[in-house]
Amino acid sequence: MKKVVSLVLVLVLMASLFAACTKSGSAESGTLKLGFIGPLTGGAAVYGNAAKNGAELAVKEINAKGGLQIELNSQDDEHDAEKSVNAYNNLMDWGMQVLVGSVTTTPCIAVAAECYKDRTFALTPSASSPAVTKDNDNVYQLCFNDPNQGRASAQYIAEKFPEAKVAIIYNNGDAYSSGIYDTFVAEAEALNVNVVSTSTCTDDTSDFSVQVADAQNAGADVCFLPIYYTPASLILNQANSVGYAPIFFGVDGMDGILTLEGFDTSLAEGVMLLTPFAADADDAATKSFVAAFQAAYGEIPNQFAADGYDCVYAIYEAFNKTGLDAGASTPDICEALIKQFSTMSFSGLTGANMTWTDGMVDKAPAAVVIKDGVYVAAD
Amino acid sequence: MAFLSNFINGLSLGSIYAIIALGYTMVYGIAKMLNFAHGDVIMVGAYVSFVSIYSLGTPPILALLISMCVCTILGVVIERLAYRPLRSAASLAVLITAIGVSYLLQNVALLIWTSNTKVFPSIVSIGSLRIGSLTVTGETIVSIITCIVIMIGLTTFTAKTKTGKAMRAVSENRQAAELMGISVNRTISVTFAIGSALAAVAGVLYCSMYPVLVPTTGSIPGIKAFTAAVLGGIGSIPGTLVGGLLLGIIEIFGRAYISQDLSDAIVFAVLIIILLVKPNGLLGKKVTEKV
Repeated sequence: MKKVVSLVLVLVLMASLFAACTKSGSAESGTLKLGFIGPLTGGAAVYGNAAKNGAELAVKEINAKGGLQIELNSQDDEHDAEKSVNAYNNLMDWGMQVLVGSVTTTPCIAVAAECYKDRTFALTPSASSPAVTKDNDNVYQLCFNDPNQGRASAQYIAEKFPEAKVAIIYNNGDAYSSGIYDTFVAEAEALNVNVVSTSTCTDDTSDFSVQVADAQNAGADVCFLPIYYTPASLILNQANSVGYAPIFFGVDGMDGILTLEGFDTSLAEGVMLLTPFAADADDAATKSFVAAFQAAYGEIPNQFAADGYDCVYAIYEAFNKTGLDAGASTPDICEALIKQFSTMSFSGLTGANMTWTDGMVDKAPAAVVIKDGVYVAAD
Repeated sequence: MAFLSNFINGLSLGSIYAIIALGYTMVYGIAKMLNFAHGDVIMVGAYVSFVSIYSLGTPPILALLISMCVCTILGVVIERLAYRPLRSAASLAVLITAIGVSYLLQNVALLIWTSNTKVFPSIVSIGSLRIGSLTVTGETIVSIITCIVIMIGLTTFTAKTKTGKAMRAVSENRQAAELMGISVNRTISVTFAIGSALAAVAGVLYCSMYPVLVPTTGSIPGIKAFTAAVLGGIGSIPGTLVGGLLLGIIEIFGRAYISQDLSDAIVFAVLIIILLVKPNGLLGKKVTEKV
């Protein structure tokens, strides 16, 4: 009996030796364990799956190059803060070294606090609140944050439509919308943008006749809508029914209006929005990304897919510059990446020469316009 | 011109409130209960016609009829299963049951149609009317006309037909009506059927005007319409018309001329003032409690 036990023990030991061997064998090229958290099911699943597919595509490309290998582990948080933290803990148990996520803002704020505590470097593709990066020196954003969106929108309008009368309709019961509104107004004033009408709505507003009439009577030719796509669709409908056709100008919350079930996309014709990515852009990088994405997932990638893709590449580039070994500890990688990100400049699908200050990204915004039911880069 | 356009917008919103409020008023007048699930019947009506227009490809008018039938059956079933067993229970129990039914309908809708927003296709095919700078949309015209037709129809129905007279009798004195050979249960079922069919009409009109459909679509117009019913005098059909139109106009004018943020607060402040002056609503009858 003793012999059997010792034999088994020896076998187990030998097996573990081999296991260790295979592990160290692949570590020669180096494998970085990358975690991803986003809503893969539930109401916000569109965003999470797009970002995840983008990230997966980037990982595939990087691994095909040889050199540093990346292992991606994607976890679902259902756009729920508590589930997001659970997903984060699962990833930490798995041995995650760098995090891409969380995709949506509220879960990301919760996860950012954990990342700060554990010294895990995180780069979120799309959580846009300033609360994500505030006080968390190791949490970075790849997307514009909300105040910057307002500022960038004002700058864009001031530059492209210098003579325009501008109307604004925003949701003053929502932090996202009023955050963008505040910085937009401040910047618009500084740039002498002529704001002729400002109206508000709440989450429950379904009648926009007064707001639209106000903008129409004020003769506004640009209507800025820092709101989500659902109320925006009501505004477009109302404006259409009273024959009011200004240039509607949205922010990233407008992304999604074309996929609303039953929505007449002709109403959104000519709607502009500030988004860092347009799938029809002419540059080679976007073209090859769109082709590869379509081949892999059968759909045209949106902004979130490009964000996820860029996140992986930004981390890959930064990590290579640190000169660290892939076996380095999570906190060591974190400190090295903070140093890299605060000094480096990264060019990806969602912008050229991005730089970061205090975790917030600085990049040139690009506008897209809806033409024939698809996003087209505006000039 | 802006004044006139706001006035017309208020009228059209108000006429939808009035149609919804009819459901509250009739049920209250006859069954003496507040059917808080009424707002959600509106939502079901809108979903049913959305599905029949989109998935079955029926013409809008047929879709409206289908959703009226579905809502009628739904209303009668709700009354039979949830309210009738509680006919002699305390009114608080019935009220809580109604709130429960409301949540049930919302969550079932969430299961069937998910929380993804649907954009409702307008069933109104007539275009907008343009007089100078004034634009009156087809939906506005249709909802005002529908409201007037329903009001006239319902007033005639309760005044002239046998069932209508039975409804008035039950409303006046349930025991006496029963002694006269009127089936109270049947009368209440008919009331629910009519109220729910009207809810379907209101739902389709409301969503044609504001084409966003989610499982909670019915709750806000439901509460506003309930307010309209109380404002006009709950239990009175002409009162509902007055209350609904007034509420719609106050809401739009409040938003246009006083404050966009406070428009709902203004609506409810007006309600409080009117109830302080006339506790039974504008056209409500004063009921003396008999000892």
